[in-house]
Amino acid sequence: MALKLTELPSKELPITSGHRVCAGCPEPMIIKQAILASNEPVVVGEATGCFEVSSCIFPYTSWNVNWYHNAFENAAAITSGMEAAYKALSKRGKVTEPINFIAFGGDGGTYDIGFQALSGAMERGHRMLYICMDNQAYMNTGIQRSGATPLGAWTTTCHVGKVRPGNVRASLRKDIVAIMAAHDIAYAAQASLSHWNDFMRKVQKALSYDGPSFITVLAPCPRGWRFPASETVNIAKLAVETGFWPLYEVDNGQWNVTFKPRELKPLEEFLKTQGRYAHLFKSEEGKQVIEHIKELVQYKLNYINHMAEATKGCEMNIFGRCALPEV
Amino acid sequence: MARKSVGLTGDYAVAEAMRQIDPDVVAVYPITPQTLIVEKFGEFVADGIVHTEFVPVESEHSALSACCGASAAGARTMTCTSSQGLALMHEILYIAAGNRHPIVMVDVNRALSAPINIHGDHSDTMGSRDAGWIHLYCFNGQEAYDSTIIATRIAENPNVYLPVIVGLDAFNISHNTERIELLDDQEVKDFVGEFNPPYSLLDLKYPVSVGAYFLPDYYMEARRKLQEVIQNSKKVIVEIHEEYNKKFGRNVPAIMETYKMEDAEYAILAMSSITGVAMLAADELRSKGIKAGVIRLRLFRPFPADELYEAISNLKGLAVVERADAYGAACAPIFSELSGACANKKKMPLMANYVIGLGGRDVKIKDMKSIFEDIVAKVNKGEVKDLRQYIGVKG
Ligand SMILES: Cc1ncc(C[n+]2csc(CCOP(=O)(O)OP(=O)(O)O)c2C)c(N)n1
Ligand code: SF4
Repeated sequence: MALKLTELPSKELPITSGHRVCAGCPEPMIIKQAILASNEPVVVGEATGCFEVSSCIFPYTSWNVNWYHNAFENAAAITSGMEAAYKALSKRGKVTEPINFIAFGGDGGTYDIGFQALSGAMERGHRMLYICMDNQAYMNTGIQRSGATPLGAWTTTCHVGKVRPGNVRASLRKDIVAIMAAHDIAYAAQASLSHWNDFMRKVQKALSYDGPSFITVLAPCPRGWRFPASETVNIAKLAVETGFWPLYEVDNGQWNVTFKPRELKPLEEFLKTQGRYAHLFKSEEGKQVIEHIKELVQYKLNYINHMAEATKGCEMNIFGRCALPEV
Repeated sequence: MARKSVGLTGDYAVAEAMRQIDPDVVAVYPITPQTLIVEKFGEFVADGIVHTEFVPVESEHSALSACCGASAAGARTMTCTSSQGLALMHEILYIAAGNRHPIVMVDVNRALSAPINIHGDHSDTMGSRDAGWIHLYCFNGQEAYDSTIIATRIAENPNVYLPVIVGLDAFNISHNTERIELLDDQEVKDFVGEFNPPYSLLDLKYPVSVGAYFLPDYYMEARRKLQEVIQNSKKVIVEIHEEYNKKFGRNVPAIMETYKMEDAEYAILAMSSITGVAMLAADELRSKGIKAGVIRLRLFRPFPADELYEAISNLKGLAVVERADAYGAACAPIFSELSGACANKKKMPLMANYVIGLGGRDVKIKDMKSIFEDIVAKVNKGEVKDLRQYIGVKG
């Protein structure tokens, strides 16, 4: 199904207004885009985190679709169970309609504490799409660092102090897409809510495979990144346009860049929009960190381009399909 | 009707029950001494004997998480574990009960680390005792088999709708080959019946949100409700046991088994397989003219306080013998529980607590005899100096 922006508003929204996320929160945008992209009804599994606690405050719920939350680290595992139930009950003729399973988790619940459950679920081949709402820190508990927090960023567990310039680490962040792709799943991708068309196409592609898939979506958080609530989409866009958050996919082993900015904007344009990087502009050491971030950004862009080149022709549609009989 | 008596280990007996129940989803992770159940059930899956969606997960945490997802999606769901596995599930145990998922879990009772030990005691399930699960403890392999079937009906009863743990002793039951009478496949099928969940995440007509966030304005009500439901489940537990026993000519006690308690003056209260040894010791004491009896507690959650009081109130002395300890507590779990339950009772026997058989330490008739003798001596002296004693400890 081709995506038309004009048609999207006529679709029934998977979540209602009245949830209690902060103004400008990226998470409801991501959830709407993702679920609206599905041609089949969606059942959701969610990890503990910002949107979970804000969307279902008893006795209310914002969810218009079947939704299940269990704990912080097990969104992939609970969704495995739901999908297994679907298979079992289909075999017994108790469910007949097609259903897509989508698990949502924050970066903390995905890169860190939920990593094992995610790896297990991907490796086992459940038919589910796992979407990471990647705001690059533990926002729900008050902006602590996660495995997705980039070098140089401030959080409440990597403060900016006399000897520390915010988050100190070797790389920009843990490369979750590459790690997920290394599970030999049919589809892994990186997206941004600013590029809704790209993201929704990725969701459609992911859901078209009969197996597990993974997408991480950049989710700029006004509270945690320290910017005005009206800027969420603009900042996500700048992240893409500066190369900080390249848009690409690994489709059946084939790496593809899905959006190439005509000309990369200077990284500072992205960094300076956010309080989490403000300190970097104030000292010589900070400026050196910016230079290093630039190198890392460039390295990652080169890496993705090389991978795209190297995997050319890999797309053989072998992952996510099982030649074995259903038992 | 083709009932068979076969020689099976306790683990294989459970696997047979699971085959006959043919649950929709089984998510498991191996751990000694439960592994045999997973392996045997895996054979049934590989041979297409069961229709189960088998999810061999990457950890116990995910095993129970997947079970929760499956159960919320309307699937009849089972898992099994032991010791460290149950400990790793700990967080999700509370969620399974709080969300009211009727999951049946067989736990092969094994000691907890450290030091690491794969042998039997009840430390694992005792550590999980307040999570909101119904707990049934088995005497032998036959009861492990029967309990697995009974537990399915209890869990799924609309007035209960709670997860159930079936505990069986590591090695003494899990690996011991016994003569097990299996019901006919059809008998089990008819007894457990169809699973008709009141809601399902796969029901697209009526979307539900499961696992909501409760602020202080509702949390206590939800938790109070859980207490009410588990307390009231006792009635259903008894009814389902009676139905099972009547239908299949069995004698599985719902709450407790009493041995020579009619005129007993001294008794041992214990759980699971070691009560057999206590019964043999009681026989020996009786031959010496001491009126000894044994109570085997089968239902630990909900705690049958009234029935237990009724059973012990006429005794002179009661020895509460436990295969678990509670570190830093005044006494081991069952003793604390029972004395708490009887706090305001006027007529109480003298009670003492004995910890035995931790980490698979053999429990002998002579140990149980010494416990009987000790409680008799305490009653004669009219005092209990050491409330908790360790039996069979070297040095
Ligand atoms: C086992 C466990 N540890 C810690 C927590 C506390 N906790 C709840 S949400 C959260 C952070 C969530 O961060 P993330 O996954 O990035 O999602 P976000 O809130 O940013 O959307 C933490 C640490 C928890 N619920 N469970
Ligand atoms: S802290 Fe950030 S991610 Fe969390 S609700 Fe607020 S804006 Fe959304």
